[in-house]
Order: sequence, then structure tokens, then C-alpha cells
Amino acid sequence: MLTKRIIPCLDIKNGRTVKGVNFVDLRDAGDPVELAKIYSDEGADELVFLDISATEERRKTLVDLVRKVASTINIPFTVGGGISSVEDVEILLQNGADKVSINSSAVKNPQLINDLAQKFGSQCVVVAIDAKQINGQWIVHLVGGKVPTKLNLFDWAKEVEERGAGEILFTSMDNDGTKNGFANEALATLSELVNIPIIASGGAGNIQHFVDAFQKGKADAALAASVFHFKEIEIKTLKTALKNNNIEVRI
Amino acid sequence: MKIVIINYGAGNIQSIMFAIERLGFKAVLSNNWDEIKAADKVIFPGVGEASSAMKMLFESGLETLIPTLKQPVLGICLGMQLMCNKSEEGNTKGLGIFDVDVIKFTPKVKVPQMGWNQIYNLKSPLFEGINENEYMYLVHSFYAPNCPEAIATTDYEVEYASALQKDNFYGTQFHPEKSGDVGEQILANFLKL
Repeated sequence: MLTKRIIPCLDIKNGRTVKGVNFVDLRDAGDPVELAKIYSDEGADELVFLDISATEERRKTLVDLVRKVASTINIPFTVGGGISSVEDVEILLQNGADKVSINSSAVKNPQLINDLAQKFGSQCVVVAIDAKQINGQWIVHLVGGKVPTKLNLFDWAKEVEERGAGEILFTSMDNDGTKNGFANEALATLSELVNIPIIASGGAGNIQHFVDAFQKGKADAALAASVFHFKEIEIKTLKTALKNNNIEVRI
Repeated sequence: MKIVIINYGAGNIQSIMFAIERLGFKAVLSNNWDEIKAADKVIFPGVGEASSAMKMLFESGLETLIPTLKQPVLGICLGMQLMCNKSEEGNTKGLGIFDVDVIKFTPKVKVPQMGWNQIYNLKSPLFEGINENEYMYLVHSFYAPNCPEAIATTDYEVEYASALQKDNFYGTQFHPEKSGDVGEQILANFLKL
């Protein structure tokens, strides 16, 4: 059976891992490649690298990083952050990235989704959607949840699927950072609504939250950052627990 | 050993190059007939859409060369699908090496299938030392139905052929270069053929 996926997310700034990483056994806690290798060895199914740097050098640094990651690890990885054109994507894929994730640029220019799907195939186009509830409505937000748009989460999800997205990475800004669990109701609605895989993001605090994201939220994959970086949850322990809950995982 | 990866403008070629390097070999990227013919091993990659990939093959003339190759050839993902008779994707004809037609998963399941799934019914030197039911990484919307040339099967909506072999031609729907250490072992097995 196709398994549910566990995806650690690494925030990258100027080629270095940021947002406190608490690995005592790391020689260099800021080295994304070393961290990627550890996660891969622990049984992560995929990795996401989110580039949050804002310098002019960022593109070159990111391409260097992609090459290093691709030459070191043998599981798939996605690169996101600041990607806004077909050319941006081409250079990342050419250097070994498997997928790219686009967010604000897709909202500003939805045609980009069609263009990427047509040129590179839907399989490498992940559309990331950040949303939070305003008066009971799930509203898509930009800039890490700071700027609301007029888009409804579910309408936008349907549109990105029709435009050729291969996967949706849904982050609930209401849950992100709370460690109170994923937005399972919205996840389940999304999963029923579209026929492409949904990655749950935002809110992971304990193992039960992952069980719920898969069982109640019907997610295809779950992404988290700090619970893995601070070793609050180890991937092996997590996957064993999921298996014990009759959730299909790769062990 | 000379390993050539066929370059026709399709596919995440860099990942395959890196995987071969991790195994201690070096691969060259080429669309040159003589270079491809002289190789000990040929890898035929492919990611993207079938009819446009086939179009690129036709434009390069490689569609006539590939079926005549005598050394071990490994098609990966779309590469494997293009080695079949035809594909429902863009209604394109294929290279006709594997006697099976590629069709699409129905909306009963999420399409594309994306992630790790098991391979079983393994029967080929390609899977020497590989256990039944190991997990491989797959990303695809179209598939080759189970058929006599299947050397591995996987369940997604139906039991389908996740690897094919005919004589010196091998194809895997999964990505051995992205399927962890087991995937790398399968790639190493191919290089040993």
C-alpha cells in the first residue's frame, strides 16, 4: 500500500539552517546537508527546504545547496521560498531538486502553476497554501500569514488542482507554532475536495497529532519542523507509533 | 565501465548522475548515437509528459536507436512508460519494446500516486538480494497494467507492473535513485548486469 509520509522541514537562510536546531550529535548544527542526511537515515520519507533569505546572492546559494543535498541524500526533496518564474524552477530541478513549492507567486500569478506543470510535469509542482480562519471562513494569507487575500482556502485549492498542481502543502496559521495539533477538519475537507495529495502542516506537538492528521484529517503526508529539530519526536519512534495505529508507513 | 544517460531534454538527470557517483561510477550524458551504442550500460530517464517526451525522442531520432540497443538498458519512470507500446497520456505511441499499453489511474484514487509503495512478485537479476515488499519512491499518474513482462508489481487501485523486463531491456516505474539504500542497491544490480 502507498504509505503516509513524514516530512521534516528545514528553514534555510543564506545556505544555513536557521530556527534553533538541537542536535547534540551534529558537528555543525547550521549545515543543512548534514541535518538532511540524519533525517534521511532516521527514516524521513522526504525533505522540504524552505529558503527564507532575502539577499541578492540567494539564488546562487540555494542552487549550491540543492546540488550538495542531491549528491548526498537518496530520498526526494522539495525546495521552496521566493520561487516566482519558470527559470527559477528550471535551475533548481536541473541541479537535483525533485519538486518545488510555490506560494505567494502562485497567488499573484496563477498562470505560473499551469506553466510549470506543462513544462516540468505536475509531479514537481507543490502549491503551498497558508490560511487562517476569519469569521469562520478559511482565508488564504501571504507573507507567513501576515497579509490576507480575498481567496477562500477551498476555492483556491480546487483552482490550483485544475491548473496542474501535483500536491498541496496546507499550513494552518491558526495552528502553526501552537503544538496543539493539525487543523484536521479543514484537512479532511480539502482531502475530500481535491484528488491530489495533501500535506498537513502547522501544529505538530506530539505523536497523537500525527495519528489524527492521518486518521481524522485524511492527510497524505505530514510536515513538521521544530518537533523534529529539537528531538521532541524522533522519526523512528513516530513511525512505529503510526504503524501501531494501523497507519501504513515505510519502516 | 561506460555508463551513458540518454539526453533528450526530459528528466531529473542530475539525481541519477549523483546516485551513480555514490555507487563509485561515473555516467555521461549523451544524445550521440555512437556514444550510446558503445556504452556498457544505458539509462533512459524521463519525467514529465509522455507525448512531449516522445516528440523530443522523434526530433532527436533516438526513437529508432533505442530499440536496437544490445547492452542492458534501464528506463526509469516515464522512460519505462515510453518503452511500452503506447500511452494514454497525450495518446502517444511508444517504442514498442514492452508489449503493454500505459493507461491512467481513475479518480477512485488520488492522482498522481506520490510516495512510497511496496514492490513484490520480484523476478529478475535486477532484484538480486532485494526482499519482497520493499518500499520504493513513485510519482506517476499513468501505469503499465500487470502483464507477462512484469518483473515487479505494486498495488495502487489495481495490481500493476512497477518494473518490466524484456531481454536486455529493463524498466522501473519507481525511482531507484530516490528510493533510499534499497533503491541504490537496485541501481547497483543493474550496473552489474
